[in-house]
Amino acid sequence: MRLDRLPTLVLRNRFVPGGWDVLAFVLVFAFLIYVAGAAHGLTGSLSMLEATPISLAPSALVGYAARTALRMLIAMLASLLFTFTYATLAAKSRRAEIVLVPLLDILQSLPILGFSITIVFFLSLTPGRVAGAEMACVFLIFTSQAWNMAFSFYHSLRSIPHELDEAARSFRLSPWMRFWRLEVPFAMPPLIWNMMMSMSGGWFFVVAAEAIDLGNTKVTLPGVGSYVALAIEQRNLGAIGWAIAAMFVVILIFDQLLFRPLIGGADWFRLEQEAGLMPSNSWALTMMRRSRFLGVVSRLFVSILNIGFKARGQVVVRPRDLPRNPGQRLGDFLWYALIALIGVIALVKAVQFVFTEITLAEVGHVVGLGFLTFLRVGILIAIASAIWVPIGVYVGLRPRVANIVQPIAQFLAAFPVNLIYPIVVSGIVLGKLNPDIWLSPLMILGTQWYILFNVIVGASAIPPDMRYAGQNFHVRGWLWWKRIALPAVFPFYVTGAITASGGSWNASVVSEVAEWGQERLQASGLGAYISHATGTGDFRRTVVGIVVMALFVVVLNRVFWKPLYARAERKFRMS
Amino acid sequence: MNVNSTNLGHAMNLAPLLDVQSVCKSFRKPDGDELVVLENVNLTLRPGEIVGLLGRSGSGKSTLLRAIAGLELPSGGKVNYLGKPVEGPAAGIAMVFQSFALFPWLTVLENVKLGLEALGHPEVDTRSRSLKAIDLIGLDGFESAYPRELSGGMRQRVGFARALVVHPNILLMDEPFSALDILTAETLRNDFLDLWGEGQLPIKSVLLVTHNIEEAVQMCDRLLIFSTHPGRVVSEIAIDLPHPRHALDPRFRALVERVYVEMTSKPRGDRTGHKAERFPGTGIGTTLTHVSSNLLSGLLEAVSEPPYNGHADLPAIAEALSMDVDELFPVAEALQLLRLAEIEGGDIKLTREGSEFVKAETDERKRLFARHLLTYVPLAAHVRRVLDERASHSAPKSRFFDELEDYMNEEAAEQTLRTIISWGRYAEAFAYDDARQAFSLENPA
Repeated sequence: MRLDRLPTLVLRNRFVPGGWDVLAFVLVFAFLIYVAGAAHGLTGSLSMLEATPISLAPSALVGYAARTALRMLIAMLASLLFTFTYATLAAKSRRAEIVLVPLLDILQSLPILGFSITIVFFLSLTPGRVAGAEMACVFLIFTSQAWNMAFSFYHSLRSIPHELDEAARSFRLSPWMRFWRLEVPFAMPPLIWNMMMSMSGGWFFVVAAEAIDLGNTKVTLPGVGSYVALAIEQRNLGAIGWAIAAMFVVILIFDQLLFRPLIGGADWFRLEQEAGLMPSNSWALTMMRRSRFLGVVSRLFVSILNIGFKARGQVVVRPRDLPRNPGQRLGDFLWYALIALIGVIALVKAVQFVFTEITLAEVGHVVGLGFLTFLRVGILIAIASAIWVPIGVYVGLRPRVANIVQPIAQFLAAFPVNLIYPIVVSGIVLGKLNPDIWLSPLMILGTQWYILFNVIVGASAIPPDMRYAGQNFHVRGWLWWKRIALPAVFPFYVTGAITASGGSWNASVVSEVAEWGQERLQASGLGAYISHATGTGDFRRTVVGIVVMALFVVVLNRVFWKPLYARAERKFRMS
Repeated sequence: MNVNSTNLGHAMNLAPLLDVQSVCKSFRKPDGDELVVLENVNLTLRPGEIVGLLGRSGSGKSTLLRAIAGLELPSGGKVNYLGKPVEGPAAGIAMVFQSFALFPWLTVLENVKLGLEALGHPEVDTRSRSLKAIDLIGLDGFESAYPRELSGGMRQRVGFARALVVHPNILLMDEPFSALDILTAETLRNDFLDLWGEGQLPIKSVLLVTHNIEEAVQMCDRLLIFSTHPGRVVSEIAIDLPHPRHALDPRFRALVERVYVEMTSKPRGDRTGHKAERFPGTGIGTTLTHVSSNLLSGLLEAVSEPPYNGHADLPAIAEALSMDVDELFPVAEALQLLRLAEIEGGDIKLTREGSEFVKAETDERKRLFARHLLTYVPLAAHVRRVLDERASHSAPKSRFFDELEDYMNEEAAEQTLRTIISWGRYAEAFAYDDARQAFSLENPA
């Protein structure tokens, strides 16, 4: 008789931790200890922080990485909270919608460093304490994560299938229950995808967020970002290498412990099986499902939600299409009038604020800089497309290659551009190259991968029959690209290019200026202008810079990307 | 009150569960005019009966069902449930959906529990009642399955269990079997009727929306037949065949025939004094249902062949082609509109041109079709006239779309234009470029 079978049979009905439980215990307690340790630093004072400078010793990186990861996690939680409230309000209230959605569109197109003008506010909340600086840092990371998540959730709420909405209403689900049972599960798959993109975006800006430098206000919070900033200042290549390694480990941990289980779980939320590239096997998910300890925890969470369901048990659900009565029309009118008034006041105030120091000529100059950056983004997107579309199609048609390429590209998308400064700056200085041209590739370094991702997904979604038909009729070479591959991936490509373009504008702030020790290279462009303005603590010029950039991005989206996307959807989408 | 309250014989003596009085539903079009989809509908539902609402798509029967479910408010008239007006989803009315409307992220058990949880029932009670409902509807063993793991028939069983578990007085069914294959639908219908006949279902009466005539005759005690554009009750047929009913029973066949006759007869009354657009083919504002030219010639050919030889009974041909009313009627009506066939008293008869069409070769068919299209379909003639008059021989789609919107809603206008484009292309009467969204007279050489 085989003994190894016996215990499981005997023990099945008793609460005895299994192997998965041990693993879950270890992980949960490690997490708690690490949170406690990282939170300890919050209570200190800023002077204490200055007394313990950042160390470039590799051993110090373990603690730094933990702090950075915790900040990103908190920012992610804040982003989720923001998503659930802001997007829900926008989707449910007609009056809120007309303000919140355009606002979100603009927030999304603001360069993240532009938000650094809020740092002073956070520092003033807790004078002399680290807590305020930490809040400012988390807020900066939050601004790189929240907007696209909120947009994704808003779109999901607006596209809830009609029959599920009717079922929920006819069974009289309370708003609270409807939210957790219908809306959140339905919105989950695209939201998780956006959370992953947001995490990458967060890494990209973590260096700027941790090493706060506003002219006379300098705060350096312990973390990977500050470590990298110091390594760049001291031209320590070894330290840069260690930082890359630490980042890689943290990204791997997030991927394994957070995103893979989420994706695995979200697979259950999908309405139908869709072609997706995301991996859905996850050992951590298996652990969560098999571990009884985590089972108890999750049941606790569910029963807390259930209390919410019961507390709001009897709710009268009104039909949707109630006619608007005169009172509501008056309310609408007052509401629009109020918004218009606030808008006018804000405009006047902003103009007064900016033009006390800045001339109209300078604004014109800034717009000119915007065109320079526009030129760079356009050329770079074109070059990146020429490179990555063929490669993406090649990879997408080969699932095995895709499985290898996908996680690598995901890591590269999260790679902070600052880590490349040493190579680029040394290269430009040694080769006596023109920074206006040779700094540009930095802009697309992190964002080109979105083109690759989307083209891979598009190519893998080409129906086999279509490919067979191509082979059957001997469609080869350029004809194959022109008639089959490119049209099939076009809508996916456009989606990727929109993300890449928006991201590149944003990245221009950290890419048009590069430092390596005392060596400082600058290209002329809107990004460099904003970077200079924030670096010297010049609020007015920061505001002018980010407003011009937001205008460029919004106008570009409206007149170019959105029509192109609509056309691609109509003409090329299969089914 | 009679103890045996589910027994049909006593239904008429009991107080009504539901009372619908002169309900109207109309939508406001962009230009401010009203578009009427439901006109002056009356309906009483008593305990113990299954009432069927039978009509084509666009007859407003689903709109009526949603008004009763409290999902949409009628524009006029009253819906009273147990003597009180319905102002939102009511506690005693549950619905089974055509597309099942199950929550894909909830298991069978969780889906079924949902309605009770929303009512705030205690967990123990919720669980035992849900398990009982699952058991009753034949889903035992599938409690922990997710909807995606189930076949269509099993999914709809979950839909039934979810509705039954709240013990509703009225069960609303919105074409519950139409998304299933014939065999599965048959099984599910019979299972439901068995449980109903045995008095095992915790419901008092049923309101069934369907476009399947045989299904309606098999299940219902009473049928209300709806006309289209606008939806009105044109007749009511009582069905007093004993259960179980057999489709081959001559009395069953006679009833099916009678329903066909009712559904194909021209609307009675008010022929005068109303907009001319209501009658097929008399104005450009006629809503056209999209029917491909393949289907048109297919039906013409089927009717011309033996044993019909140009004159067929609609129920018979529907069965021979295994098409249901919603598929067959639009084709037959399109043929009538084009004067290629006539429909009267549940029969379809080819016209002389219809017979000619069948005998003709492709090119000649197209010529004949083009002649009839431009003669009898005013919108097609209108499009052609506009294209002829313009120097450029082209016109944007939006031009005609805006015109149509004076007569119908956006969706119907879109569909009508799609039909005209498809027929015009087949007839080679005019061309359409989707990328430019424009009609023209150019044909790619």
